[in-house]
Amino acid sequence: MNAIPDAGKPATKANYVQIRNVTKVFDDVYAVDDVSLDISQGEIFALLGSSGCGKSTLLRMLAGFEAPTSGSIFIDGVDMSSIPPYRRPVNMMFQSYALFPHMTVEQNVAFGLKQEGVPRRLIADRVQQLLKLVRMQPYARRKPDSLSGGQRQRVALARSLVKQPKLLLLDEPMAALDKKLREQMQLELVDIIESVGVTCVMVTHDQHEAMTMANRIGVMDEGRILQIGTPTEIYEMPNCRFTAGFVGSVNLFEGRVVEDEPGYVVIQSEDLPQKLYIDHGITGTMDMQVWVAVRPEKILVRRQRPESEYNWLQGKVRDIAYFGSHSIYHVALPGGRVVMAHVSNQQRDCEDCPTWEDEVFLSWEGNSGVVLTR
Amino acid sequence: MIRKFWQRIRPGHGSVIAIPYLWLLLFFLIPFIIVLKISFAEMQLAMPPFTDLTEYAEERLQFNVNLGNYLYLLTDDLYVSSYFASLKIAFISTVLCLLIGYPMAYAIARSSPAVRTGLLMLIVLPSWTSFLIRVYAWIGILKNNGLINNALMAMGIIDEPLHILHTNFAVYIGIVYAYLPFMILPLYANLVKLDYSLLEAASDLGARPWKTFLTVTLPLTKAGIIAGSMLVFIPAVGEFVIPELLGGPETLMIGKVLWQEFFNNRDWPVASAVAIVMLLLLVVPMVLFHHYQNKELE
Repeated sequence: MNAIPDAGKPATKANYVQIRNVTKVFDDVYAVDDVSLDISQGEIFALLGSSGCGKSTLLRMLAGFEAPTSGSIFIDGVDMSSIPPYRRPVNMMFQSYALFPHMTVEQNVAFGLKQEGVPRRLIADRVQQLLKLVRMQPYARRKPDSLSGGQRQRVALARSLVKQPKLLLLDEPMAALDKKLREQMQLELVDIIESVGVTCVMVTHDQHEAMTMANRIGVMDEGRILQIGTPTEIYEMPNCRFTAGFVGSVNLFEGRVVEDEPGYVVIQSEDLPQKLYIDHGITGTMDMQVWVAVRPEKILVRRQRPESEYNWLQGKVRDIAYFGSHSIYHVALPGGRVVMAHVSNQQRDCEDCPTWEDEVFLSWEGNSGVVLTR
Repeated sequence: MIRKFWQRIRPGHGSVIAIPYLWLLLFFLIPFIIVLKISFAEMQLAMPPFTDLTEYAEERLQFNVNLGNYLYLLTDDLYVSSYFASLKIAFISTVLCLLIGYPMAYAIARSSPAVRTGLLMLIVLPSWTSFLIRVYAWIGILKNNGLINNALMAMGIIDEPLHILHTNFAVYIGIVYAYLPFMILPLYANLVKLDYSLLEAASDLGARPWKTFLTVTLPLTKAGIIAGSMLVFIPAVGEFVIPELLGGPETLMIGKVLWQEFFNNRDWPVASAVAIVMLLLLVVPMVLFHHYQNKELE
């Protein structure tokens, strides 16, 4: 416990929620493995990862449903270790929404206030205020069964905001909605959360959801946080192969460092004829094994051979996946490996665009790739 | 019109439903009508031991409806107090079953699926033995030199055997023991479907465990509580074997009275009237309850 330098000190805006070396072990399995994380006041933080990565367990520890095996959690400077869920300044919106089926919308929203013994008049006012915020006033007397998925979500949100929690938790907020509604609700939810100004931790397996809604994202795998950053940082500067592959699609080229300068590196890959040039330095040594990640949309598909010495490949178009706004070209290199490249469909029918079985050249700029060391 | 009727009852469904209804008609409704008929007759020393309701003589068809049996039930204190005693014993037993059964059902529903099957098996297992034998076994446990008394005396806790057998207390033990599974199973079926995240949500919103139970768990398992209580209360009211074997002279239960009326006094009409009144005592409150519950739902 003494090894935690800043724990227990008065919280600042930047470390409103402090997660310190939190570990959770279930039957010898490390669900959450030594996670430390600061969340600042008023931000929306997304824990992103595939199922079983420990993100839900971490969320449940914030809510108090699970106790950490070791480590501690502070909210606004207060140690939560011995505080049961019903006394935490934390409210959660459950994945299934968990609305009480035997209560009306109004009663559901009022439930939290009733537990605190708030006078009835004040409860009624506050409930109206919240229902107005989520535009559910006309449905106050309905039971949850008679509401649509989107309406239920808004009631659940109102219910979890009614006590003005210091921390709002969202567990897979969009999982129960269909795709179309999802996109609309993502922005609506963010608007409401930001208008209230509550600090929010959400859990999701959907990278688009995390990137749309969150200010910062923590990518989790096997109980550990691999990278924390803004959506742009996570996407443009992934720090490992897992993050690069989990968030968006990526082409990875394995190789060895042949030139290591402060401003740039050159990498030689065995299965590529050309060397790879990346315009940022790395902390590494000559000849170490690295991976170069290049996003498909950074790659240019052309019929002409590029003049540059670096960063281009030659191959044959094997597949074109048409997505309307863009197409993804799957280009097979002579060695057999396939590289993906985005081509945006600016023209309705493009006659000299490369098509199946065409020989094409793929190229990208020196600032497009990222060198990954793990 | 016939076709419309035919479509409405849907012959495929109809035949599936018809068999149990036919069964009930044959073995419930018809005997009931016979009993009802006998309850309006008069006792006579003949075969059968009651008079006919209709009489045809001198070109007259006469109906002899005798209300005397019902009036007799009111005049003799025995019947009224037996009814009340039966209702009281059944009610207390039901509450005891609920108090014991609810935590058990809850624990079974919350246990891991592998353990759950085993626990449910243990609940159902005793009913593989005859009901009569199981009640009989309690005599051996409760009697003066039975299992409990011998054990307590051997441990030196008591000097003289406790008089348990042939008391109302023994009847309660018997009824609660015999009918507990009928309380646990519907409660379990209800509790196992209860979404656990609702309880977490209540806790998350500030409800202490006890408050969560009262405001969420209990209202959401109302159906199971009602079903279980009915399954215990109704047969317990008319219970005969348990008060006969475990009860004492002070145990008044309508089932015992009914038996005596039929087999000791051979007064079939009064016995039938006792049975009909018992049925009304059970059915009327149930119908009213159902009616008001439906109204509440609307």
